[in-house]
Amino acid sequence: MTFTPSKETYTGKVYPVSVGTAPHEVVFGGENILPFHTFEGSSPNRPLIAHEIQDVPPYDWPEYLQKPFQDVSNDPVSWAKFCQETLGAGAIALRLIGTHPDRENRSPEDAAKTVKEVLSSITIPCIILGSNHTEKDSAVLIAAAEAAKDRNCILGKAQEANYKTIAAAAMANNHKLIAMSELDINLSKQLNILLTQMGFDKERIITDPMSSALGYGLEYTYSVMERIRLAALTQNDATMQQPILADVGLYVWKVKETQASENDVPQWGSLEERGIAWEAMTATAFLLSGAGFLIMRHPKAIEAVGKIIDELI
Amino acid sequence: MLIIGEKLSIIAKRVREAMMKKDKAPIQEIALSQWKAGAGMIDANIGPAEDGGEDLMQWMVTGIQEVVPLPICLDTTNRQAIEAGLKVHNNEWGRALINSTSNDPERFPMLELAARHNARIIGLTVGKGGLPADAEERAAIAAEIMARAMEYGVPLEDIYLDPLVLQIATSQDHALKVIKAVKMFQELNDPPMKTVVGLSNISNGCPKPLRPILNNHFLALLMYEGLTAIIADPHEVAPTVKTIDVIMGNTLYAHSYLEM
Repeated sequence: MTFTPSKETYTGKVYPVSVGTAPHEVVFGGENILPFHTFEGSSPNRPLIAHEIQDVPPYDWPEYLQKPFQDVSNDPVSWAKFCQETLGAGAIALRLIGTHPDRENRSPEDAAKTVKEVLSSITIPCIILGSNHTEKDSAVLIAAAEAAKDRNCILGKAQEANYKTIAAAAMANNHKLIAMSELDINLSKQLNILLTQMGFDKERIITDPMSSALGYGLEYTYSVMERIRLAALTQNDATMQQPILADVGLYVWKVKETQASENDVPQWGSLEERGIAWEAMTATAFLLSGAGFLIMRHPKAIEAVGKIIDELI
Repeated sequence: MLIIGEKLSIIAKRVREAMMKKDKAPIQEIALSQWKAGAGMIDANIGPAEDGGEDLMQWMVTGIQEVVPLPICLDTTNRQAIEAGLKVHNNEWGRALINSTSNDPERFPMLELAARHNARIIGLTVGKGGLPADAEERAAIAAEIMARAMEYGVPLEDIYLDPLVLQIATSQDHALKVIKAVKMFQELNDPPMKTVVGLSNISNGCPKPLRPILNNHFLALLMYEGLTAIIADPHEVAPTVKTIDVIMGNTLYAHSYLEM
């Protein structure tokens, strides 16, 4: 007797979301199956990985993570071009971390200028991120959204405290929007409802349930992502059918395992290898729990995750 | 929970007048309003419709489906009218539901129509001998309807068993018997049989302000026992359906769940 695997049928479907402009537009999402269950349905688009760059030099990153970008990271335009031309990036995520009041406290005008310059130097899609300071982000992302008008970027992140202004900016300038909540499935659904109630098209939202790093709460993010996907697919919950973002690099490169030197913990082996593996492992876990869009930092980790996707898809 | 909107019934004066004058506008307005309130199907109750039933049912089905993307529950004892309705029914948004067959030989031909036109059908658990005495008798009649459906070639998953809700004001002890019957019906097959009730019958004959209270609380108990569908006013029952779905874990909670 031959083995017949049992198959689930799902009633719901994840919305496909496009980013960027033709002919360099990229689409992710659109699947009607759990991640990589291609034997049960269709998954027409690859997960998208965006290379993270910043508006200010990344002096807070571990040295070996700064190294691949050492010739370009003092200028976001060169950095973006390097990712597109040398690394073959599929998309850029420009994090305006320098606007944070505790960092360089750059003005919204400065941020808008950076956005304009970066966009005029690349053709691939661009994700524009604030500094996760809810008040400052309101002002920064309005200016950034205007500077990027009609480039079909993804703007983020809208949170409970500032979603109205950021969503309005995304709407007025034809961008997609990241809706972020803090590891709470019910608030994640609530934020999506609030956004759609103010007239924001639910098919232009990307859900960020808040990421974490392997060993530092990954299982919480994993469960929330998984539950969102199950609501979307098995309960056909239209408020939970957005693609999910995993903002991987932001969390991974702060943890002890990506920082502690070989002298301090010789039993942990090569720091560089360890850090790259940590980012790749974290990202892979999120792909398996339902993320369709990743933001990552180390080129080698991105390459490794790309290979995993090739094998699973 | 499937809500079958009950408001297009010949019993309502406005609907009856529109049917007589063949005035589409009120019919479509009521259909649209029920769809927006959460109905997943629209009941078209044209009564016994002895004269001109076929034309009337076709006019109702096409008129409703012009404005709402939903299947229709064809509600009449007139077999020819049901068949006429099935012929024009647009299956794009789901298959029609025949309302109904029962254990009364006069209603057996409805099963034949369901089989021939690939429609779903309600099996009302009453026989020619009058009302069922308790849940056990309802289940016994249900089993007979199921056996007959298989003879006619109607798949069991296309049958919605209806335990027949009686009025609380006159048959109070039947409320619990109906709830028990809903539970028993499901056990008659694996996968469980689908179930449906005409909800507002519970409060028929009660003072108007009491009716929504009785209907909604009865519905909550029925949903707990796994009821599949109701024929009801979607405006009146939507908050209960949404709330019980959240409590039962069928829908993910969010503060604005009632607004969705």
